[in-house]
Amino acid sequence: MLKFIALRFLQGILVLLAIYALTFVLVAMTPGSPFSGERAIRPEVLAQIEAYYGYDKPFFERFWTSLSNAVQGEFGPSAVYANRSVTEIISESFPVSIQLGLVSLMVALLIGIPTGILAAVKRNSTLDYVPMSVAMIGICLPTFVLGPLLALVFGLMLGILPVSGWYGPTYMVLPAATLGLYYAAYFARLTRGGMLEMLNQDFVRTARAKGVAESTIVWKHCLKGGLIPAITFLGPAVAGIIAGSFVVETIFQIPGLGQWFVRGALNRDDFLILGLTVLFAALIVLMNLVADIVHVALNPRLKYE
Amino acid sequence: MDSGNRSNAADIRAAFSKTLRMFWIGLLGIAMVACGGGDRRVDVAAKEGILLIGNGAEPMSLDPHLVTGVPENRIISALMEGLIAYHPTDAGEPEPGVAESWEHNEDFSTWRFKLRDTARWTNGEPVTAGDFVYSWERILSPALGSQYAEMLYVIENAQAFNEGKIDDFDQVGVKAIDDRTLEVKLTGSTPHFLSMLKHYSFFPVNPRVVEQFGGMTERQNRWSTVENYVGNGPFTLKEWVTNQIIRTEKNPQYWDADRVKLNQIHFFPIENVNSEETAFRAGRLHVTSTVSPDRIPSFRKTMPEQLRIDPYLGSYFFRLNVTRKPFDDPRVREALNLAVDRQLLVDRVTQGGQAPATGFTPNGLDDYPPLDRVRFNPERARQLLAEAGYPGGRGFPKSEILINTSEAHRKVAEAIQAMWRQNLGIDVGIYNQEWKVYLDSQSNLDYDISRAGWIGDYPHAMTFLEIFTTGNGNNDTGWSNSTYDSLIQEAQASDPEKRLQLLRQAETILLEELPVVPIYWYTRTYLLDERVEGWHPTLLDNRPYKYVSFG
Repeated sequence: MLKFIALRFLQGILVLLAIYALTFVLVAMTPGSPFSGERAIRPEVLAQIEAYYGYDKPFFERFWTSLSNAVQGEFGPSAVYANRSVTEIISESFPVSIQLGLVSLMVALLIGIPTGILAAVKRNSTLDYVPMSVAMIGICLPTFVLGPLLALVFGLMLGILPVSGWYGPTYMVLPAATLGLYYAAYFARLTRGGMLEMLNQDFVRTARAKGVAESTIVWKHCLKGGLIPAITFLGPAVAGIIAGSFVVETIFQIPGLGQWFVRGALNRDDFLILGLTVLFAALIVLMNLVADIVHVALNPRLKYE
Repeated sequence: MDSGNRSNAADIRAAFSKTLRMFWIGLLGIAMVACGGGDRRVDVAAKEGILLIGNGAEPMSLDPHLVTGVPENRIISALMEGLIAYHPTDAGEPEPGVAESWEHNEDFSTWRFKLRDTARWTNGEPVTAGDFVYSWERILSPALGSQYAEMLYVIENAQAFNEGKIDDFDQVGVKAIDDRTLEVKLTGSTPHFLSMLKHYSFFPVNPRVVEQFGGMTERQNRWSTVENYVGNGPFTLKEWVTNQIIRTEKNPQYWDADRVKLNQIHFFPIENVNSEETAFRAGRLHVTSTVSPDRIPSFRKTMPEQLRIDPYLGSYFFRLNVTRKPFDDPRVREALNLAVDRQLLVDRVTQGGQAPATGFTPNGLDDYPPLDRVRFNPERARQLLAEAGYPGGRGFPKSEILINTSEAHRKVAEAIQAMWRQNLGIDVGIYNQEWKVYLDSQSNLDYDISRAGWIGDYPHAMTFLEIFTTGNGNNDTGWSNSTYDSLIQEAQASDPEKRLQLLRQAETILLEELPVVPIYWYTRTYLLDERVEGWHPTLLDNRPYKYVSFG
């Protein structure tokens, strides 16, 4: 098992290196400069600024400096936000994204998994069709529709929940619901599928024949196996929730990472784009590794190889 | 088995609905805590004298020498004060700021400012003439790379120093005669110098603090972070949570603190215009930074008391690339201009109370009534186009309008596309580019027709007309006219009245040659809580916060 983890870890490092190099090249090739604006910048001034940030150096030297700094956890200054470093920006906004992500994940799991189990147990009944149709709608409904809709109903019409900012638990409700419900729908469908597969196994028929109580069959014999698809999806879901919260962050004015990612790209803030890409990539690699380990641990048919 | 199944399902259902019920109860509980007294945030804040402002974007910095944008200006206006302060209503009028009085020589080229004794930095130090000399040296230092250093080129030798041609700042025309007297020598007669002094590029910074946290020319100087910030304005920086809030409090050391009525101002960097509107309607903002143009007709009906439409010194226009055919032909350019029904456009498309442009320099300037030369005349337009060799639009080369990606710009471009098709029989396409790519295309003259806007830096026609001189970085049309250049150059060194005359002559040339299609003059549209008093429209969206209060 240690060998498995070590191998996957090394793979992860290689993936990160490749992503770093690719991002660096793409960023360098993208038209537009972090320093351009509606008002033209004088060439002498531009030269000064570019020299300050090291843009006057040759491509490979820039890449090497940037990479060796990144390895030491130093992603350099933001080229656009004077006197802020990329590391500062990340350390300020990452905790917010993690908080929002965890709460959303809780929403997703608490709603998605029980719904999925219920639908599987009562398959082909109203309790299956209704939640599963809703889940399908949930998957299809983009967050930029659901978010404003929830804000309209709970914030403006009912006036019971705040619609913008990040100052306490109440401020988490609407964004976490928006982000969580989408993933809840996924989890519901995955859990239902997994549970159905288990409930159709031969051993379940045997158990039923032997008169084992249905609750024991569901909870004891099937749940572990039935949850495997959902657990496999947990890794990508965590990464996706944390990295993909841009829309929700914009709608509800939450100071998280997602906003910076998009703004970094729009501003051509090269150092910030690199830093965030590496962070997200590392997060996804790590989460997939964890999901793989858990997956094998839960599924006796798989071995660490 | 049947019955067993049912009871099990019932169990699960019960367990599930219990979980769900607890979840909703939890939500409701949280919600009830949230409503608390039931008062909206704006109501509580109004009672406490706290103004809640939607700022549009997170400021890139609060260092007046490094910033370039409007969102930054809105906050710095509260934290800093220059020699001249904002007048509560009139953008052109000077109000005493750090300077309590001033005098100038006969031709407005040498100015002497008397600094007030009571002007203080928030760390208690007096604001001295030497601080201004240091600050202007800082923004003009080539190594700092300040993008707005250009504003100070009006000062003698400032340009040479900024371009690195001279190293000795003593040669630049600013001198501290003593702690309270500042003398400024300009390159020529500049009666509107006082208006320019309201721009943040002329604001002082505290030399001791700047030196302590990184030195004069360090771009990443830490003096302007929330922990270290030292200002001299009516408000002081208390809290800065990125992407969330910037909280400022009344500055008790401010020389005019008695006049400041608000206790605090909170700025919220809400970038998404719809989220900002939701926040306003949910009672979390007193002022928004803007409103979505397509919401204006609805606001006019549903919330006319809150919707504000203020004049704004800006010009919306299309650039024509005169280095490309057929735009090298002045007749074609005039035809394109004459075929645009600007009144229809502002009435039906933009709908934000904009004025249809009749010239390039916008209306609103007291001493410079706008020129009235650009009119809608489809017959003459068709005639000119035929003279240029494209009768009825036949044979007109395929060309396209470049816009930066935005619904509002697309609508204007589509309207004009339709007008040209209808009135001239020509078909132009529209394509959009992302902001930074669009900027590159425009400055590389890689376009046929390009959407553009220009906002004045100070209330004078010069700030609009100088951009079309040959070689100006903001010309971006390839147009060059030596008579125009010399008129602008002459105007820069003339007395006020002569200057305005020369500028009118220059603009007349611009409107005969028409390397641009002026479209409309800007307004600023936003939502404002009715309780806010002393919030007057200002032509440059300056913010004289010290006059603002709640009734």
